[in-house]
Amino acid sequence: MAGFEDFFRRLNDQHGINFSFFYDSFDRGRLILGVWTTVELCCLCLVLSLMIGVVGAWLQGSPFMLLRRVVQGYIQFFRNTPPLVQLTFFYFAVGGLLPRIPDATGQPVPLVSSFEWAVLSFSFFAGAFNIEIFRAGIEAVPRTTIEAAESLGYSRLKAYIYIVLPLAFRISLPALNNNLVNLVKTTTLAYAIGVPELLYASAQIWSEMFNVWEMMNVLLVTYVALVGVLVWGMARCERALRIPGYDT
Amino acid sequence: MLKSVIASVVGIAAALGMSTSPIQAQDTLAKIKGKGVIVVGIKNDYKPWGFLDPTGKVVGMEIDLAQEIAQKLGVKVELLPVIAANRMEFLNQGRIDLILATMGDTPERRKVIGMVEPNYYAGGTNVLALKSAGLKQWKDLAGKKVCAVQGAYYNRRVTQLYQPELVVFPAVPDALNALQGGNCVAFLFDNTLIESTLAGGDAKWAAYEMPLVSEDPQNWAIGIRLADLDSPFGALMKALSVEWHKTGKLIELEKKWGIKPNPFLSAMHEKYKGS
Repeated sequence: MAGFEDFFRRLNDQHGINFSFFYDSFDRGRLILGVWTTVELCCLCLVLSLMIGVVGAWLQGSPFMLLRRVVQGYIQFFRNTPPLVQLTFFYFAVGGLLPRIPDATGQPVPLVSSFEWAVLSFSFFAGAFNIEIFRAGIEAVPRTTIEAAESLGYSRLKAYIYIVLPLAFRISLPALNNNLVNLVKTTTLAYAIGVPELLYASAQIWSEMFNVWEMMNVLLVTYVALVGVLVWGMARCERALRIPGYDT
Repeated sequence: MLKSVIASVVGIAAALGMSTSPIQAQDTLAKIKGKGVIVVGIKNDYKPWGFLDPTGKVVGMEIDLAQEIAQKLGVKVELLPVIAANRMEFLNQGRIDLILATMGDTPERRKVIGMVEPNYYAGGTNVLALKSAGLKQWKDLAGKKVCAVQGAYYNRRVTQLYQPELVVFPAVPDALNALQGGNCVAFLFDNTLIESTLAGGDAKWAAYEMPLVSEDPQNWAIGIRLADLDSPFGALMKALSVEWHKTGKLIELEKKWGIKPNPFLSAMHEKYKGS
């Protein structure tokens, strides 16, 4: 381990290539926290945005006009505004209006932390797209299939859960894949409200160590790897869910 | 497939590496005079050194200094707002000719850019916090959320010494907003900015104070490219800096912008007065 650290220290001293996080434990701690926060943020947003997508797409087919309008309004709002604007709006404008609760030391702290705002904001953003993606999938399910389910006595909800969604989900997977990849990349915006994710950690390190070039490459490689894992997982999921003969 | 991805990533990385080598900066003085304009990196969120007045114009003590420099060179001045995290890259890439942006003069930074001596100002580190937060000493920050601004030299030192949970924002207004929103107990910054914020008499800061003893005094310097340090441009900047101390120009500007008299400036004035 010591030899490993010495190698990177020498690399900096002799060649000016400064991967400080390999030999400086303070920087290493920050970078690891950054990677961990990004992974956590991605996972939470993926799950939440999928839930929003599934529920939203079901509500969109509701017989109640008001409900359909509300979902439509939500989609329009989140799809038509930039995610960075949404995030800063939630954090600075909405966050300031919420009541504060006392923490362990008795100091009033905001109800929703910056990390939680990031999770909520990105989930709503990606969720709006997911609803539309699922809707496209649902509309591709043949009307006759749904009629067959109805004639077998399925209610609207049951038919959605057992017949429509499993088929629609398979049809939606390629488009969903795209949106989720975008979501992972969008998490870098959390940097603007001080969430210690990967870009934030790297910016901290390069503004103190002046190793912009090295950190940019670390960022690039890490995001390629993160998105790679996601795409690989989605491809496996696509293969596992394939129904022989039911090709889209 | 995987191999080709790796190959292209490495290729891009190598290409990026090539392009970051700093431009050759020989005879910056002649270049500036030839163009008839000097580009100065300044702050626009740091009252009263560089900030936006109600009409949207950048004004402040450092802006006055930038204009002074341009006048001396007989060229026009172009102001480019920078932040702590990008100003040194801008300078080395040639986007700006000099930095006049409340920059602390540290040994690490001296490896990357040239610092003009004598320094033109000095500040320390302190926090801005609600009076009701009851902060008494630096130790009290341990484990608490403290807002800060990215790229400030004291972020690392304070984190290592006192272990606050630092929440770092890209710019000063964001961090101040977060402080007012209760997202952190204190805002870590230069004592000079905190003093001027409190002295501004703005009602929204009435419940706030600067509770700690300022630490880690740090000189501010004009930044130029390393290669310029021993060129005619560097020599001129040094001479100007001496002149500002000698004639009391800096003290005069300090008064003009309502900054609390800084003992550093009066000491430097005494030192250079006789020369």
